[in-house]
Amino acid sequence: MHRGKGMKFVGDSRISAERKPNIPKDYSEYPGKTEAFFPNFLLKEWIVGAVFLVGYLCLTVAHPSPLERMADPTDSGYIPLPDWYFLFLYQLLKYEFAAGDYLLIGAVLIPALGFGGLLLAPWLDNGPERRASRRPIASGLMFIGVLATVYLTWESVDHHDWEAAAEQGEMLGDEEAELAEQVDTDADGYQIYSDQGCIACHGDQLQGTGAAGPALFSTQYDAETIKDIAVNGIGQMPADQFDGSDEELEVLANYIANGGNPDGGGEEGAAEAEEDTDAEEDAAAAENE
Amino acid sequence: MLQRVYDWVDERLDITPMWRDIADHEVPEHVNPAHHFSAFVYCFGGLTFFIIVIQFLSGMFLTMYYVPDIVNAYESVKYLQGEVAFGLIVRGMHHWGASLVIVMVFLHTLRVFFTGAYKKPRELNWVVGVLMFFILLGLGFTGYLLPWDMKAYFATVVGLQIAESVPIVGTLAKTLLSGDPEIIGAQTLTRFFAIHVFFLPGALLGLLAAHFIMIRRQGIAGPL
Repeated sequence: MHRGKGMKFVGDSRISAERKPNIPKDYSEYPGKTEAFFPNFLLKEWIVGAVFLVGYLCLTVAHPSPLERMADPTDSGYIPLPDWYFLFLYQLLKYEFAAGDYLLIGAVLIPALGFGGLLLAPWLDNGPERRASRRPIASGLMFIGVLATVYLTWESVDHHDWEAAAEQGEMLGDEEAELAEQVDTDADGYQIYSDQGCIACHGDQLQGTGAAGPALFSTQYDAETIKDIAVNGIGQMPADQFDGSDEELEVLANYIANGGNPDGGGEEGAAEAEEDTDAEEDAAAAENE
Repeated sequence: MLQRVYDWVDERLDITPMWRDIADHEVPEHVNPAHHFSAFVYCFGGLTFFIIVIQFLSGMFLTMYYVPDIVNAYESVKYLQGEVAFGLIVRGMHHWGASLVIVMVFLHTLRVFFTGAYKKPRELNWVVGVLMFFILLGLGFTGYLLPWDMKAYFATVVGLQIAESVPIVGTLAKTLLSGDPEIIGAQTLTRFFAIHVFFLPGALLGLLAAHFIMIRRQGIAGPL
């Protein structure tokens, strides 16, 4: 670098007028087969990156990213699951010594020890020795940590009911979505349906909530059977879910038997047909306006 | 032509030293898989960076369609995935990239740990790396809510419950993240969006720069 007198600049800037040569460093005297990053090694890295990208794109095409139905905060029956890389923490909180009264151990102490140890590793293992075999305590702790993380993740995946999970989050098909849309939420039956708590397990559009309760808008039961189920339960549904008057039960049963369309007539098919003509009439009216 | 453009810029800004600084760094034999195949373990860091770049790019394209409010968020993701040309690919890359980057960071961390590369004088670079790992976990947690579907919502509910169980700061942290001590809803979604798209990526860029500058200053750790 030029110092002292005689320094020349470009114009009134502080850029030196002296050009520096744009030539690569000479690596021939470096130890071993050292090579330059640019362009020699970058080209090889580029190839590794390209191969990786192809695999990545294949994964993307073979497994489209999942999307469940829209979030419904009222759905109390949904079994939650975090993304897979949080599962070890999630599983840890299921153990007796890390949950309930000991929640602090599972939610704070163990993660703090683990992540804190990772962050401060250079000071916990501060000897000069680099080989993993010559610092058995550090390597051993890391090995146990990795093993524990893998084991907890595995356990969590193993415990989870994946079929029920897939079912509970499923989007409604086109036909079902149409039926759910036709549900009349202004009807008296819907009011009772909501007041009696049916809504918690069977959804706000009678669409069901997967594992907790089936969809009701296309139920195969008639009004009498539905009355019986509401009072006595069926399958996993406990008895005595309904505690209103007989008149309310009558309205509710008719409402559900008609798939949420109390004005739609007795038969479900007839209900749909009439809904269709209604919709057509509405559309015609809208056009006239 | 290209040379003359370069010279023109170089005369005014003196870019040659900067360019030589980027291009001229040695790749020692023991980290080069072309000489020792087992050295592929030294690729994990580079691949992590590669995926992070993909996450930035795909995320930028996702925000062209995504709407961070509870009425439209889900529909916009559904539209993006079902109707937009290549939307399925872009969302797929962002979705799978989020998992791959965790895998790669995990492998990179193990490589650095078991080769003892974090020892003096490289302690600070290890700390910056672990901080970036935490930021990536934060990005995963906040990004998971954004599609606003069932699993997104309830995973966030559980996550915030765990945060709440921390003594003293738990409720504060939950309120800070979700915008309300009780409700997980509209505020939560916009906050998670802001954290996922502005706060954490900004912090990540700063730490990445620090990570790379430190590597260049100190050079790659020598062979064992």
